[in-house]
Amino acid sequence: MTNIWVVFKRELASYFMTPIAYVFIVIFLFLSGVFAFYLGNFFARGQADLEPFFTFHPWLYLFLIPSLAMRLWAEERRGGTLELLLTLPITIPQAVLGKFLAAWVFTGIALALTFPMWLTVNYLGDPDNGVIFASYLGSLLMGGAFLAIGACVSCLTKNQVIAFVVTAVVCFIFVLSGYPLVLDFFGSWAPQFLVEVISSFSFLSHFNAITQGVIDIRDFIYFASLIAFWLFANVILIEMKKAD
Amino acid sequence: MVEVKNLSKRFGPIIAVDHVSFRVGRGEVLGFLGPNGAGKSTTMRLITGFLVPDSGTVIVSSNDIALAPIAVKTRIGYLPEGTPLYTDMTPRGFLSFVAEIRGFRGEEKRRRLEQTIGKVHLEQVLEQPIGTLSKGFKRRVGLAQAILHDPEILILDEPTDGLDPNQKHEVRTLIRNMAKEKVIILSTHILEEVEAVCTRAIIIARGKIVCDGTPAELAARSRVHNAVTLAVRGGTVNDTGRELRALSGVQSVEVLGQVDDLLRFQIYPKDGQSLVATVSQAAREHGWKVEELHVERGRLDEVFRSVTTGKLVTS
Repeated sequence: MTNIWVVFKRELASYFMTPIAYVFIVIFLFLSGVFAFYLGNFFARGQADLEPFFTFHPWLYLFLIPSLAMRLWAEERRGGTLELLLTLPITIPQAVLGKFLAAWVFTGIALALTFPMWLTVNYLGDPDNGVIFASYLGSLLMGGAFLAIGACVSCLTKNQVIAFVVTAVVCFIFVLSGYPLVLDFFGSWAPQFLVEVISSFSFLSHFNAITQGVIDIRDFIYFASLIAFWLFANVILIEMKKAD
Repeated sequence: MVEVKNLSKRFGPIIAVDHVSFRVGRGEVLGFLGPNGAGKSTTMRLITGFLVPDSGTVIVSSNDIALAPIAVKTRIGYLPEGTPLYTDMTPRGFLSFVAEIRGFRGEEKRRRLEQTIGKVHLEQVLEQPIGTLSKGFKRRVGLAQAILHDPEILILDEPTDGLDPNQKHEVRTLIRNMAKEKVIILSTHILEEVEAVCTRAIIIARGKIVCDGTPAELAARSRVHNAVTLAVRGGTVNDTGRELRALSGVQSVEVLGQVDDLLRFQIYPKDGQSLVATVSQAAREHGWKVEELHVERGRLDEVFRSVTTGKLVTS
């Protein structure tokens, strides 16, 4: 437990030691605002809720989160510090969790800094703050799922660009897996039950259910189990490929 | 104590480490020699638990690394090849991270950091990003993280590689100062380093141990071990050569060169016996004007080449 904390601290601090943290936060805040106000018609809708704000989170995460996750392991591989880290008295699950949590908490910080949106909507009207809270939680969980995918992909390469692109593609498939674009691809050859399984994996449908105020614990469990699965895969892959 | 039994590791078609066994005790400084790609780094990575062997075991202070990897890792300090470090961090931040992973907190951590930083003389660069430091300072940071917890076993992969002569000397002094109470395993290409710091040397080639002994024992395997080099003024190559060959215990005589009337010979003994007394007595009897007379101890580089290429090399 303490080892997870030590790795977590180092990793989180390393975001702030480089410009990554500031660039990421500024762009995240800027784009989430732009999407909500221009594409989401935040004002024109005349409704006191944050749906137009949350609606674009999957798309925002699609290219922002891989940029956070790409360095997690690829950088350790490139710099050779993976050998240093894994010969310290620490287990691989501890390292994986510490790093993931650091990236996740960082995402949480960026997300929390969107609080002026929440203040605005409360000033202008009388929103359902329960739904907003659930949406924030859902967004954080979805961000975690993106990150877990990114961390796992990142451990397979020493090239951060490859990690970024592959993560973005895998995440894209997950985001859209309930939609014709992805389903048609599988529908032509895969058995029906598999297609149904794939369509149930859609980030969008789970996330939209949360932001529209349909609070179903299963949507949260979905994201949590997705995180658990990808982190588990991350541990296994590092164990197998650490010296490659 | 480190005990390595029948260790093997294969990467695809290449056998990187092939049934390697040895045992190192406290107070020994074991030098790992071998050409590039011979399996030195792989063996070290197997001992430190970074790699998992295909077969064989590593036992560190009675802990099997396969069964108790964390117990082994707490006892080992390791400097990986090329000194990988977190370049964004400062030496202080980095060493503090390592100290915390090693389980030191509060006063104990502060004391350890201070001691280690003093030992490797890092005071002046503590707050600079590691990426901006010179090679010598980076190596010191790498050494600092390896010795911070005062490990029983220290494993250093090419600790002096790429350093200037002064820095090399510093690192060697540091190693020698720690040698008594630790097991130290280091790899190197530099044969003088083996003679300078190691109490024992293992030469490894194509994944196998081909030589294991003290540096002096290894040098004794050299063709020139106990050969006598003699330079005399006057006389002819043929006459003097013939007289030398006639001495008892002489295997062969080689003419090293002739400058004006100065003749230089190398006299090889039978079965490595000592010849210098016989030669100097002959010199007196024949009235040679001796300019130079010394005994070769044997050259490690020659032994190294002959055992790693499998050929007897004439220098």
